[in-house]
Amino acid sequence: MSENHNRDIAHNIDRDRLVDLYRTMRRIRAFEEAAEKASLSGQVGGAVHLSIGQEGVAAGVCANLRRTDQITTTHRGHGHCIAKGTDPGAMMLELFGKQGGTCGGKGGSMHIADFEVGMLGANGVVAAGIPIAVGAAHGAKLLGEDRVVVCFFGDGAINRGPFMEGLNWAAIFKLPVLFVCEQNGFASTTHSDAVTAGAGASARAESLGVKAFEIDGNDVTAVDGLAGELIPKIRGGDGPLFLSARTYRLKGHTSVDPALYRDQAHAAAQWDNDPLLRAAKELRRAGLSEDDLSAIDSAALGEMRRVSEAADAAPAPELAHAFDDIQDIGAPVWEARP
Amino acid sequence: MNDMSVLSYQEAGCQAVAEEMRRDTTVWALGEDLGRGGVFGQYKGLVDEFGPERIADTPISEATIMGAAVGAALVGTRPVVEMRFADFALCAVDEMVNQAAKARFMFGGQARVPMVIRQPSGMWRSSAAQHSQSLEAWYTHIPGLVVAAPYTPADNKGLLKSAIRCDDPVIYIEHKDNWALEGDVPDDPDHLLPLGQARLALPGDDLTLVTWSKMVGVAEQAAALALAQGVGIEVIDLRTLWPWDQDMVFASVAKTKRLLVVHEAVQVGGFGAEIAATVAEHLAHVLTAPIRRLGAPRAPISYAKPLEDLLRITPEKILATALSQMAVTA
Repeated sequence: MSENHNRDIAHNIDRDRLVDLYRTMRRIRAFEEAAEKASLSGQVGGAVHLSIGQEGVAAGVCANLRRTDQITTTHRGHGHCIAKGTDPGAMMLELFGKQGGTCGGKGGSMHIADFEVGMLGANGVVAAGIPIAVGAAHGAKLLGEDRVVVCFFGDGAINRGPFMEGLNWAAIFKLPVLFVCEQNGFASTTHSDAVTAGAGASARAESLGVKAFEIDGNDVTAVDGLAGELIPKIRGGDGPLFLSARTYRLKGHTSVDPALYRDQAHAAAQWDNDPLLRAAKELRRAGLSEDDLSAIDSAALGEMRRVSEAADAAPAPELAHAFDDIQDIGAPVWEARP
Repeated sequence: MNDMSVLSYQEAGCQAVAEEMRRDTTVWALGEDLGRGGVFGQYKGLVDEFGPERIADTPISEATIMGAAVGAALVGTRPVVEMRFADFALCAVDEMVNQAAKARFMFGGQARVPMVIRQPSGMWRSSAAQHSQSLEAWYTHIPGLVVAAPYTPADNKGLLKSAIRCDDPVIYIEHKDNWALEGDVPDDPDHLLPLGQARLALPGDDLTLVTWSKMVGVAEQAAALALAQGVGIEVIDLRTLWPWDQDMVFASVAKTKRLLVVHEAVQVGGFGAEIAATVAEHLAHVLTAPIRRLGAPRAPISYAKPLEDLLRITPEKILATALSQMAVTA
């Protein structure tokens, strides 16, 4: 059976570490609130999938990774990028489709990547990041590098074939992968429970020989603690492990989805379980002053306001870039097109 | 070094992988049954030399064979993916089309996906509708992919080696009826054939016949029949479908003023349509007969021999089409 690692709330916390985790979560939240605003105003096009309410998982897991470790994420991946160290300025330029974006404006929100910090790409296809993460770990093993790869996905992904194939593969080749399933309750606009048979993600992982651990994903200290135990084991060659983090998607599927398909009273009540609110309460209990706390908040808000303004003012990509970086052999020639 | 050895198409492919694995330790192969040499022997003996880590036996998980190869390519290895039958690659279309072909572009050039996707293709006696298809045209439609389909053993070595060294994902089509085909193959471990160059298989003055893969041999038989009737067919073996060698095709059509494109794949939406249209756009004014395509009817491939044979392109069908083009006078 999977192990439940929900923490005894009374135990001592490392205040400085929690300050750092809180700061990461606040920056993610501020980035996504700015992205949401820009999406609703039309400055950012396309679909923007917000992870508001899920920041504890990204912050808690990535705090235990080295820069050389790698991650893959999903269409709901802003938080993982920021937690892994991607510059929010380049991310916001990407969302605005501008020069200087992480992908030069060619990817947008769903395809942010930053290989410099081991962020191997968000993905527009549910569960598609799973085989890629497994392959990145396979590559690390072949090359003799002691990297760990973390594969983030949601509960909607566990019903796709690559979930089963990828976990089986990681297990038989004993690859250094931490699978992190963010159980946010929804598969797009459908309640995950309504479309998922059996005992769920952890049971499926364990049936494939991947030991699973369950955690309250909105308790960032608990996530940090558990990830801090699992990642060194994986790096040590123990093979893949599975972390199932219970959380809640406080917003709709996309920025324009009011999520009227859920019980509104229940949804409203989930804000009481907001990981930022909970971490702030703990920090106050640990003696952090209101001034120090609001300084973190206003620094994050100021940072993301600045990156939004800069992105809005930045120039669009040169048209010729539409034909760059397609392929070396047989690439289209921009000049030759009528 | 100009020494040659007589090798089969299968042995030439195997030698190409072995040489590239010796040369570059980041090259590895993955797929089902590779430890036993692969289902067609195209990895025969490689596990003994390179070990099971670099000649990896995988589960029957096509999507993850392909997806894991993408991930491993993104972090600096050069995987050779074996799909066993081209038909099975359809279980991994997301990983080929949405991931391998797009990653470099979508991520703004941060990453390359240097992988080769070997897809044994084509009709193979009594293999029916799910083990016989020729789907190369699908991949030519996808920006980001290179598509190669060699016919001779020498080309199978030279093109596969170039594909392994290429930083783009390459769809590599090997015809299942070709495995036993023998021919001279250069011994030189640096014998590389550039992707994108066609081969003049047979010279002729009266009609240009463009084809690839196994159909090159069938076209050569048709050309011999035509020559007996005084008609010179120039056979061009395209070798690479994307990018395809427009220069050689255009020069030939400018000379012969007639074009016939032949492929084993279904004619509707086949790559012959692209060649025909491109030639028409550029050279319609020199043509003395309508361009013709000869491909399979739009029907799944049958199991029963007489029904299967009905769909095959034969030298006689090619000859009849070519002669009908010759009958038209400008």
